[in-house]
Amino acid sequence: MKKKLKVAIIGPGNIGTDLMFKVMRSDWLEMSAMLGVVESEGLKRARNLGFIASTEGIGYLERHPETADVVFDATMASLHKQVHAPLLEKLGKFAVDLTPAAVGVSVSPVVNPEEGLQSRNVNMITCVGQASTAALHAITQVIPVSYAEVVAQTASKSDGPATRKNIDEFTYTTQNALCRLGGAKSARVFSVINPCKPECHMRNTIMAIPEGPFDIEAVDKSVRAMVARVQAYIPGYALTLPPMVNHGIITTIITVTGAGDFLPKYAGNLDMETASGVRMAELYAQKVLGGAQL
Amino acid sequence: MMSQKVRIIDTTMRDGSHALHHTQSPETVSNICACLERAGVYAAEVGHGAGLNGSLLQYGFGKYSDEALLTAARAQLHHTKLYDLFCPGIATMKDMRYAKEHYGLDGVRVAVHCSEADLGETHIQGGKELGLDVICFLMMCHLISIDELVENAMKAKSYGADVIYFADSAGAFTPQDIRDRVVALKQATGLPIGVHTHNNLGLGVGNVVAAVEAGADYVDGALNGLGAGSGNGCTQAIAAVLEKMHVDTGCDFYALCEAADKYVVPIMQRPLQVTSESCTLGKVGIYSSFYLNTLEASQKYGIPYQRIFEELGRRGAIGGQEDMILDICQAFMAEGKQDLEGQ
Repeated sequence: MKKKLKVAIIGPGNIGTDLMFKVMRSDWLEMSAMLGVVESEGLKRARNLGFIASTEGIGYLERHPETADVVFDATMASLHKQVHAPLLEKLGKFAVDLTPAAVGVSVSPVVNPEEGLQSRNVNMITCVGQASTAALHAITQVIPVSYAEVVAQTASKSDGPATRKNIDEFTYTTQNALCRLGGAKSARVFSVINPCKPECHMRNTIMAIPEGPFDIEAVDKSVRAMVARVQAYIPGYALTLPPMVNHGIITTIITVTGAGDFLPKYAGNLDMETASGVRMAELYAQKVLGGAQL
Repeated sequence: MMSQKVRIIDTTMRDGSHALHHTQSPETVSNICACLERAGVYAAEVGHGAGLNGSLLQYGFGKYSDEALLTAARAQLHHTKLYDLFCPGIATMKDMRYAKEHYGLDGVRVAVHCSEADLGETHIQGGKELGLDVICFLMMCHLISIDELVENAMKAKSYGADVIYFADSAGAFTPQDIRDRVVALKQATGLPIGVHTHNNLGLGVGNVVAAVEAGADYVDGALNGLGAGSGNGCTQAIAAVLEKMHVDTGCDFYALCEAADKYVVPIMQRPLQVTSESCTLGKVGIYSSFYLNTLEASQKYGIPYQRIFEELGRRGAIGGQEDMILDICQAFMAEGKQDLEGQ
């Protein structure tokens, strides 16, 4: 059997469980341990699937460092920053941070993967950051953008209490990524949480004010190529409105449908995070183990 | 003689921003605020239509900055309070703190979709910590049941909101709907209750009257009704009717008329009338700020406005989703559905 890198997931909630199912399907990663602090459905599910499931949290990894090479943190920003990140660094693990702690370098697997692989701790930005920086980056490869704005719709049921309480941090982190990774000189994000039934899918309207003349065909080609690259790890990443010019502004819409591994399909925003995190871990595994390009 | 007191919050220079494509000048704001102060209005809400830091492509950039508009208002307001709308997901605590410290904002109306009160937790608490008046402003309330509305109002109360407003953002409520909600909210929360109406079905003032009859403590109005859709309840009319009802608003009717005639009429871009289009908005229950954008898109693409409103309703569009209009028009064009006039 092909060699794989072992994975531990801290945080056996919905995100952690979805990560587990994605890791189980990976050609490069091998699910090893699910770590929580209290007994839970998530731990039970992992145990029933034959994996290590411990209530000792990161303490388990300290005692059994051979359990994993790659560790996903699906807990909370404060916990990652204060406890998990320093310990994982000490243990020499590759940390994929799904909290908005932003201790490590913010990465998109299709924009700056090399930068992430040079670090030992990568931050997966936010769901909107993952979904929109990729498309925006494709636009700014063709024409400089002075201002970008993303209107992001997510289903109310997919946004938990942490996202709601930290909506300001979500805004700052996403806006920073739209500039740093997306390539816009300035950016805003506007989050709309919609409770409609049936649940709406994640939808990102990306508007970009171009600096100077440009060829919309070239923008279209660049965005389509980027969409295809993202689809390699999140098949439900779809271009629902190809780039068009509306009042001089480049406008395009990306809808994200989840894979439905554990999270519901409408929660494409959460899948955007988990699938991107798994992709970064796979890129790391590929670097460590060598072999075919992903 | 009745002793009921009602506080009027005038939104001419905030909700009216939608009807002006966000072009109101500091000079206009200054003139109108001077009149509102003289008229004894409780509070003036001033800013971009989408509230603090609301200048976005999605709604149209504001011609003037928050700083220019709010400082112009502040200079005229002494007894009348200076408020702005605050939408979590658009503005952040940094913006709120800055507006308090630099523009002298007296209060915020934390505006959240009716079922999502918890999105405003940070900002309701944060506003109280800053010493601001904090009103929780629940939007699009026709989309949920009274029980759900009460549940969300109770959450806002637990975060520390001083007042609960329920907004009929689509102008879709009947007077009975309004009465039932005022009574239920007052009973459950024990807090002052306010109502924000739209005139899409011609009930802008009528629904304010219904609210006051049911015991509302605050009502919104705009001079000449200047606001999104067919506008809001007309402030002068509200002041006149409530005076006839022996309800004390503390407002000078003639000072309000002067403000409307001298400073609002000259800047109006179109008459605010109840039209078939606005009635469709109210009947289907679509957010009022979609009104002009939809009519403009309908003309541009040659798609009947009814189809766009219906599709917005079908997709469950809520406040802030103007981008759906373009999406819908493009989808109709792609499917060759634009020729629906005959159906």
